[in-house]
Amino acid sequence: MSDLTIPERTFLSLKWLGLRQAKQGNREPLARAVIGVLVAATLATMLASLATGPIAVPVPELVPHMPAYFLSALEGAPEGVALRDWIVVMEIRLPRVVLGALVGAALAVSGAVMQGLFRNPLADPGIIGVSAGAGLGAALFIVLGNAALAPLMALFGIYAVPLAAFAGGLIATLMLYRIGTRSGITSVATLLLAGIALGALTGAMTGLLVYVADDQQLRDLQFWGLGSLAGSNWDKVQSAAPIIIAMLFGVPFLARGLNALTLGEAAAAHIGIRVQRLKNISILLVAAATGASVAVSGGIGFVGIVVPHLLRLTMGPDHRYLLPASALLGACLLIAADTLARTIVAPAEMPIGIITAFAGAPFFLWILLRRRGLTGL
Amino acid sequence: MLHQSITAAVSASALMVEGANVSAGKVPIVRDLSFRAEAGRMLAIIGPSGSGKTTLMRAMTGEAAYSGSVLLAGQEVAGLGPEALASLRGVLPQASQISFPLNVSEVVGLGLTGERRGRRQRHQRIAEALLRVGLAGFESRVYQDLSGGEQQRVQLARVLCQVWEPLPLGGSPRWLFLDEPVSSLDIRHQVQIMRLAQDYARRGGGVVAVMHDLNLTTAFADEVLVMRGGNRLAFGQRDAVMTAELLSEAYDFPLEILEREGARSVIVPAGGGTGTPWLLN
Repeated sequence: MSDLTIPERTFLSLKWLGLRQAKQGNREPLARAVIGVLVAATLATMLASLATGPIAVPVPELVPHMPAYFLSALEGAPEGVALRDWIVVMEIRLPRVVLGALVGAALAVSGAVMQGLFRNPLADPGIIGVSAGAGLGAALFIVLGNAALAPLMALFGIYAVPLAAFAGGLIATLMLYRIGTRSGITSVATLLLAGIALGALTGAMTGLLVYVADDQQLRDLQFWGLGSLAGSNWDKVQSAAPIIIAMLFGVPFLARGLNALTLGEAAAAHIGIRVQRLKNISILLVAAATGASVAVSGGIGFVGIVVPHLLRLTMGPDHRYLLPASALLGACLLIAADTLARTIVAPAEMPIGIITAFAGAPFFLWILLRRRGLTGL
Repeated sequence: MLHQSITAAVSASALMVEGANVSAGKVPIVRDLSFRAEAGRMLAIIGPSGSGKTTLMRAMTGEAAYSGSVLLAGQEVAGLGPEALASLRGVLPQASQISFPLNVSEVVGLGLTGERRGRRQRHQRIAEALLRVGLAGFESRVYQDLSGGEQQRVQLARVLCQVWEPLPLGGSPRWLFLDEPVSSLDIRHQVQIMRLAQDYARRGGGVVAVMHDLNLTTAFADEVLVMRGGNRLAFGQRDAVMTAELLSEAYDFPLEILEREGARSVIVPAGGGTGTPWLLN
């Protein structure tokens, strides 16, 4: 065999990837290569985003000093670095990039998990109303956090808004699942229609809050509608990061089950998957991550649809690779979109939700067109 | 009416159903059904549509709740978890839609979900399974692009991967449950699939197949269970059960059997079917 002459784990050995493995239908080497490329692309996008803005900053010189900042060993700017550059990068741009990465990863992975769960590439927390439910939860705390809900606000601190969004998202997901599922079969058409109704209802309830909100709260509320990473700071990162990171580490354990679920729930059980447990954990993780994302960034749409779909086209639907790759591409694309959002109309800023909708909505329609011939939407 | 007494002895190499009642929703479908199938033999379940064949199958595979007793390898099916059941039996559904464009190799590989084995071994097993169902070289084809018959054979390869050894060393025999396995296939592939199932039984595994085709049943089954209205109409060895009289009663439709010298007989509608009224009852 020629195996001996070819290194097992060379990422970009095209001959090996293209010829030998494709014949066997093994897309795993390709998937690993894609993930390798995405790691590099995400890091590059992060650095580029840090360097982009009204003030030019020598980012490569600052990077070596960053670990010290997080270990709290550093007061003020490190030696040889202008204080202004340091503050711009560490207090303004870096939290925004980190938050963008977390939110992008959470949205893309939530989309991928939900699509696997509902066995349909058009399922997404944003489309079926989970985000709307999360938005209502967050809005309640933004507006009433200092009034009726003050005791809870005091109890949970910076985690109050993400937790409320999580609860809202979870309630919405459970309701949708109940409505859309009959005797183990989930009807996506029912799900989408129920999502529209639920979205309208939560929208109306959020709208009511406008009348009790003050000016600052109104501004905050408005940003829910469109989605934005403006106003990112380390507090927001700290409130969302634990939930999102826990979710990102949790989903790989769902990959095998989601793969089996492509056969349908009955067949997945036949090959040894505990389907009900898989569904419960998936819904919980999606609601948690969507809630945390919505709490810090509002309604950024379509990331959860575009990212997994692009990846399935490139490397196949195997969730063991699809989920980590979705996290990386989601992070990468959202940081890029956010960089565009804050430079395209400078010195003003465009809500990032506008950009993702401009790119994502036509993409959604394209998927719909391609699937028109298939049964069951 | 045939009757075979059911021995009470629990056997690790048998599928024992005793007094089983199965409901779909709140409607009782299978009522007080008993029979015993042995590993190494092929059991066909026949009967008219709506007689409870598939519901019974769902109970035996652990998918549907039941009352009474269903013992597989001496263990109550309802008490076994999905992992334990998966290592004991494979299930081939009637037809399978797959939600994402997996390729053939990936679909067959799902049968190895519960196994920890090296990548190379996995792919070797997948290739062997595809060879058996006559789809060697189909590994990189997308499942959705295949014909219905090819899809069904890919699914069989997946199930074979899951319960590869019919009689594992030191373990109890494994079982194949096939729900109308050949309905969507042409005659050549029907026979090929039935031969594969028969071979699985000959090598020591148990095979239970819900069948619509009476001639394939006559050709391949060792035992036959005839169901009607959720009850057992007959159960026993093929030649004893597959009589014109009994089948006509089962399907409420006149059937006759054409005997052939040195070959299995053929079952056809009585008088070629032309004499039978279109509107039954």
